[in-house]
Amino acid sequence: MSAHLTPLPADHLSPVPQAPTVLDVDNLSLSLRNADGLLPIVTDVSFSIRQGEAVALVGESGCGKSITASAIMGIAPENAVIGGTITLNGKVISSLSPRDRRRLCGRHMGFIFQEPMTALHPTLSIGRQMTDTLRHNLGLSHAEATNRAAELLDRVGIPRARDILKGYVHELSGGMRQRVMIALAISCGPSLIIADEPTTALDVTIQAQVLDLLEDMRREFNLAMLFITHDLEVVGDFCEKAVVMYAGDVVERGLSADVVNAPTHPYARGLIDAVPAHDDGRTRLTPILGTVPPVGQWPEGCRFAPRCTRADAQCQTRPALERHGQTDARCWHPLEGIQ
Amino acid sequence: MLRYLGKRFLLILPTIFVPLILVFLLLRLSPGDPAGMMLGDQATAEQIAALRTQLGLDQPIWVQFLLWLKGIVTLDLGNSIFFREPVMQIIPRYAGVTIMLTLVALTLAVVIGITMGLLSAMNRNKPIDRGVVTTAVLGISLPEFWFALLLIFVFAVTLRWFPVAGYNPPSAGLVAFASTIFLPALALGVRQSALMTRMMRSSMLDVLNEPYITTARAQGLPESKVIGQYAMRTAAMPVVTVAGLSAGYMLGGAVAIEIIFALPGLGRMLVEAVGRRDYPLVEGGVLTISLVLAVLNLAIDLIYAILDPRIRYQ
Repeated sequence: MSAHLTPLPADHLSPVPQAPTVLDVDNLSLSLRNADGLLPIVTDVSFSIRQGEAVALVGESGCGKSITASAIMGIAPENAVIGGTITLNGKVISSLSPRDRRRLCGRHMGFIFQEPMTALHPTLSIGRQMTDTLRHNLGLSHAEATNRAAELLDRVGIPRARDILKGYVHELSGGMRQRVMIALAISCGPSLIIADEPTTALDVTIQAQVLDLLEDMRREFNLAMLFITHDLEVVGDFCEKAVVMYAGDVVERGLSADVVNAPTHPYARGLIDAVPAHDDGRTRLTPILGTVPPVGQWPEGCRFAPRCTRADAQCQTRPALERHGQTDARCWHPLEGIQ
Repeated sequence: MLRYLGKRFLLILPTIFVPLILVFLLLRLSPGDPAGMMLGDQATAEQIAALRTQLGLDQPIWVQFLLWLKGIVTLDLGNSIFFREPVMQIIPRYAGVTIMLTLVALTLAVVIGITMGLLSAMNRNKPIDRGVVTTAVLGISLPEFWFALLLIFVFAVTLRWFPVAGYNPPSAGLVAFASTIFLPALALGVRQSALMTRMMRSSMLDVLNEPYITTARAQGLPESKVIGQYAMRTAAMPVVTVAGLSAGYMLGGAVAIEIIFALPGLGRMLVEAVGRRDYPLVEGGVLTISLVLAVLNLAIDLIYAILDPRIRYQ
């Protein structure tokens, strides 16, 4: 496996309109119930993912990406109140009971965590964790599950798979751990994979390998993938579509090439300007001034307005997510046509 | 694994010998003389001196200690000054009661602690959780001897469900044995079980926030398996650690409990032997208790290594 990302064919960046929709999230909202009432964390998140398609969920820390993912998986905190509709393979799952939601986990949706060291059980063997999942979800016997687990580890590029099955997470390197995590997530043949910053905790050289592997898996199994990240380079290279979140809101949504190259929301623009690029001759980076307002202290209108150079009186009312240029943006003063 | 156990085994040697040295010295520093005690008020100084020579008490302390160590190696702990028979024959008559009492108390404490802690953690901040936590605080604050008297008053005197005192060995039948061991073991175990309840509760709440529990859920495993196997496995470890400390505490606490319930155990035997300045018997008793504690701790280290593979390879 090469240390660099496999270059994608030119047509790869276009969406796949003929493929069926795997995940549709419509008007998803999430609040946490506490002593003072309901605290909104995520409001009005909508996007969809087709088979074989990767969608990036981008934004700074604390803007609601991970909790959106947990709401889709059905593993949000107990005190979460979730609104909106989540549809998986044409079936509305947001109205199912927690028990029925749990049955979809593993079998239909797989989850890859940021930090595989803590996401894998410290005192159960790798094999035990994999076979537990396989036996429970697919009803395999112990021997069948062990064979399948070994095949899966082999498939994700782990040498001596049989020995690794007997081992524990602390005996593996970071890259290997994430490979095990990926094998576990795809083990029961899900149609959707949610990856929550799967490369953030890894060394740079390993990051590319793991991204390569995820790309391989996506193509081989025609997986729909929700890729949570703050790395815009990954967004452009790896995902067909991008959804930019800010303070619990979707602020921009579109094909990732358009979002990365011609963003219309000032926040998305700011994110891109804050990343060093190799070829544009800039000598200084432009940071976004200020910080994300904490949950519970969001401004009334546009939540980005206090940090935005284009904000005016109109931004005191909340903008809708509307088409501007090539992408949808939630902004009164979008940057149309600015490259 | 064997290397790990070997290491643990070497570490228990000081646990056995440090208390022995202390007891050996303290006995001889404390006032009172076994020879004088045995011969009574009327004995002459010559008679006492003769007996001291016979018992080896006129030797320097370090010679006495070396002789005694030699006795341990040759499995001869000397004769009891009071009973005039070998310590090696007296100890087993009493040790069984204390070992049984400690084991049953420890089992009760662990079972109650894990169950209550789990119940509490699963119902966090609900009335049942508050109830358990309050009871646990109360339990930690109770002195054993007081709780023992309360148990006797309620269950033996008033309700007459159990005998007030006395002991039936396991060979007398399970029901007879249980009826005499249950109240003392409960009295001895209640504080430790309250401690373990709190330990289990906080440890479980910590573990439930661990990402690997979210992974288990995201893999579709049912909640019973997530809690019962994935979370329990790590959450129980601090309780196992505490169990080792509790065992030592219980062996000490057994003295009061054995006296209150009139159990013929090592604790009671030791108290009487100290009163009689019966040096060999006290030393033999302390050696036995140290050994029991060491073996219990070794067993706990073994359980620990089985539960946590990271320990085995260190």
